[in-house]
Amino acid sequence: MTLTEEIITIAICALATMSTRFFPFLIFSEKRATPKYISYLGKALPAAIFAMLIVYTLRNVDIFGGSYGIAELLAIIVTCLLYFWKRQMLLPIAGGTITYMLLIQQVF
Amino acid sequence: MTKLGRGVRSRAFLAAFPHTIPILAGFGFLGLAYGVYMNVSGFSFWYPMLTSLVVFGGSLEFVIVTMLLSPFAPLATLLLALMIQARHIFYGIAMLEKYKNLGWKRFYLYFSLCDETFSLNYTLELPPGIDRGWFYFFISFLNHMYWFISSTIGGLLGSLMKFNTRGLEFVMTALFIVIFLEQWSKEEKHYTALIGILASIGCLALFGPETFLLPTMGVILLLLMLFRKPIEKAGGLTATADESRVDLS
Repeated sequence: MTLTEEIITIAICALATMSTRFFPFLIFSEKRATPKYISYLGKALPAAIFAMLIVYTLRNVDIFGGSYGIAELLAIIVTCLLYFWKRQMLLPIAGGTITYMLLIQQVF
Repeated sequence: MTKLGRGVRSRAFLAAFPHTIPILAGFGFLGLAYGVYMNVSGFSFWYPMLTSLVVFGGSLEFVIVTMLLSPFAPLATLLLALMIQARHIFYGIAMLEKYKNLGWKRFYLYFSLCDETFSLNYTLELPPGIDRGWFYFFISFLNHMYWFISSTIGGLLGSLMKFNTRGLEFVMTALFIVIFLEQWSKEEKHYTALIGILASIGCLALFGPETFLLPTMGVILLLLMLFRKPIEKAGGLTATADESRVDLS
């Protein structure tokens, strides 16, 4: 690739990303009332999306080999327990991550 | 801006910063890894610096490395980029209400709406007395800068970096789990969360890790529209969006 082609490639990726991020705001402008089904989706989507993002970050976990996803499962359990114990964000994130790092560095 | 204006900004900054600490850890690590990856693939630090500034989307940026090493293919690049980034359309739909009436700041908020920024800005409750626009702005801006700076440093240091941080990437999983649980405990019924779990695990099993995102989004959208009546009737939706509109105004 020439330098120009490289710059075009990066520009295309930037434009594609921006178009997906701007799209809803351009279609459903602030001036007009948002259609009912879009307001419904705006409220219904987030819980489903957060679930999808959790699975997305874990998509390469091999449950049929390696450590069979046990380290991930244990770290998820620790994260959930800490969350329900303290009901705040930082402690469960730190606790879950440290658990995971210890497990895959020392145990598995 | 007046002194008052600066006070509004610094208070919003101080309110926003603590919430971004998990992202600092996660982006600090992943950004470094990305910069190093670009460096050892033969690109100078200008490349990770530029892509993390103008693209600001982790998964696509890793794919860009492969694109740059392959023959020039603008149309294929566009299609692949749109497929990887399509999920951001959902974020915009969910943020339509929260990002209303924010003046010029909204353009930067749209531009920087990545997975993590969306999760925080959708979930966080605005602290009393803090300006809504500046609060969202600083959450977005800090996350953007963590990614930009760490990938630039990674690109500069390259293979000199010694990683003793195996497993740190779990910080992103943990962040999304906590955000998911926050959302879960605000809801009376959990239909939409369960739809999300089943659709993503089902599609992951069917399509594999590389291509499951688009089918997952399709299935989620289909099920949410199909079961709209029962979900709305059962009150299976969080009232967050409406409540926060009251809180924030």
